[in-house]
Amino acid sequence: MSILAVMEQRGGVWNRMSFETLAAARQFAKELDTTASAAVLGQSIGHLAGELASKLLDKVYAVEHALLQGYTPDAYTIALRQLVELAKPSIVLFPHTYQVRDFLPKLAASLGRVAVSDAVSHRVDNGQVVLVRQLFQGKVAVDARFAGEAPHFASLQAGAYRADQLAGPEPAGATPPAAAVETFTPRISPGDIRTRPLELFRESQRAVDLGAAEIVVSVGRGIQEAGNIPLVAKLAEALGAELGASRPICDAGWLPMERQVGSSGQTVAPKMYMAIGISGAIQHLVGMKASRTVVAINKDPNAPIFEVADYGIVGDLFQVVPALVEALQKAK
Amino acid sequence: MKIVVAIKQVPARDSQLSIASSGKWIEEADLSYEINELDAYALGAGLELKEAHGGEVVALCAGPPRVAQTILEALAKGADRAIHIKEEASAALDPLATARLLAAALRNEAPDLILTGLQSDDLGYGQTGVILAELLGLPHATIVTHVETLDGGIRVKRELEDGWFQHVEMPLPALLTIQSGISKLRYATLMGIKKAKTKEVRRVTAADLGVAPLAASVTIERTYLPERTKRTQLFEGSPQEAAAQLVEKLRFEARII
Repeated sequence: MSILAVMEQRGGVWNRMSFETLAAARQFAKELDTTASAAVLGQSIGHLAGELASKLLDKVYAVEHALLQGYTPDAYTIALRQLVELAKPSIVLFPHTYQVRDFLPKLAASLGRVAVSDAVSHRVDNGQVVLVRQLFQGKVAVDARFAGEAPHFASLQAGAYRADQLAGPEPAGATPPAAAVETFTPRISPGDIRTRPLELFRESQRAVDLGAAEIVVSVGRGIQEAGNIPLVAKLAEALGAELGASRPICDAGWLPMERQVGSSGQTVAPKMYMAIGISGAIQHLVGMKASRTVVAINKDPNAPIFEVADYGIVGDLFQVVPALVEALQKAK
Repeated sequence: MKIVVAIKQVPARDSQLSIASSGKWIEEADLSYEINELDAYALGAGLELKEAHGGEVVALCAGPPRVAQTILEALAKGADRAIHIKEEASAALDPLATARLLAAALRNEAPDLILTGLQSDDLGYGQTGVILAELLGLPHATIVTHVETLDGGIRVKRELEDGWFQHVEMPLPALLTIQSGISKLRYATLMGIKKAKTKEVRRVTAADLGVAPLAASVTIERTYLPERTKRTQLFEGSPQEAAAQLVEKLRFEARII
């Protein structure tokens, strides 16, 4: 039994969620009384593998191939399947990034397995790992246990494990032994790769920088229709705040895309974030949970937004928001 | 272009959920259902491609008899025909089991393009589409926000993190998982509903398809409402009272205003 963390890099730069996965792998290994190793895929990635060698791991795999220079699901799946055959891990952990979402289901299915995607925590029970997943946009949780033969696969939600725990308590003065770095060259041929990835790009410069605002008031599905947006805009005005939105509001064209807060929009950490009619799906939470004070107004007391809110009102936003505007004006 | 859109029926978004007495799943008795929203966007994208290039849109859905309503709506919005895989236990299936059913139902269809939402609002695995591509031996791309046709293939725009995007080209046939906003959501018209009732729905079972269950590699032991770890200060009373208390806290405790 052993744990393998698959790290993510692009152009020689780490995706920092990888270090949360590395911390989780070490924690799993400790609790299961086994070893943790890590792998990184790409071309000319010796320096990245070298960096991992000092992270109290059993082994570091540098999976090197010219066809792994740019990401494709075909090349990554082939390379990782071969690595799993070589390293024989019992559990393979990944950060739940957009890239992992693109290839992990394929990799697991090609081995007849189902990956536990977007896990938020774990526990060890009877020497087996039980992972917790969220369903229904965070409203329900399930405990999932791996069954049958290894290898098993899981991806971990952003923020579910803390990368800073990697430092850990180390004996004073002693340098921990460096892990052996093993370079592995998978067998991949150009004909295996069916998709052609082109350069990454960003859309034109954003006119609205929500990140600079001291207060952000964001509106979500609860607003029901475009004609109701001014209600929340008035609240933003009363607070001297920028107006933000959850994704569905921007998808519907009720507010421009540049006002979107969340994993596919802007990440903000203002002094105060007010979420109006936003249930708090993880895609939204990652964009605002570092805010200093979070206020939520929602009719559903079980909405996940209340998990990150300091202050909340459970109620009908169409009554609460005008009352709040009035109370703010009175307080001036 | 022959386009299959795999759609799922899920509990309506604002459902108040409770846990069934078995502790294995949610209580389904009083739920109402709707199409998974990302699948509605995938359907919209499929219909737009058909309108631009001709061809056919086939809706594919696995689930108990209640999903007939979602299939009818897809037909009313413009799908030409549908395949209903009758499966009572669809909510308990893992994405590999679901994808095996979908793949078997498409065995004689040979579509050029398969579209589906990037994840479901209920189980949220975000895997079924990619696994379906693997089972059918097709190239795929995920989290797609735009599709254009090329000679012999397609170029898609994929969404990445932090505002980055990437174009990816691939030959057809292929499978794409669709992000919200790719198309305008459509609504069924009365005329559409009338027409839908005359459209072909092929109904099959797992047994008809020759799909035997695999041993699961993950088992769900327990379903529960998550424990809340953070204590939110909630303000009660009338909207005016609650608002006044909130403003008081923001002024004197959080010192924000």
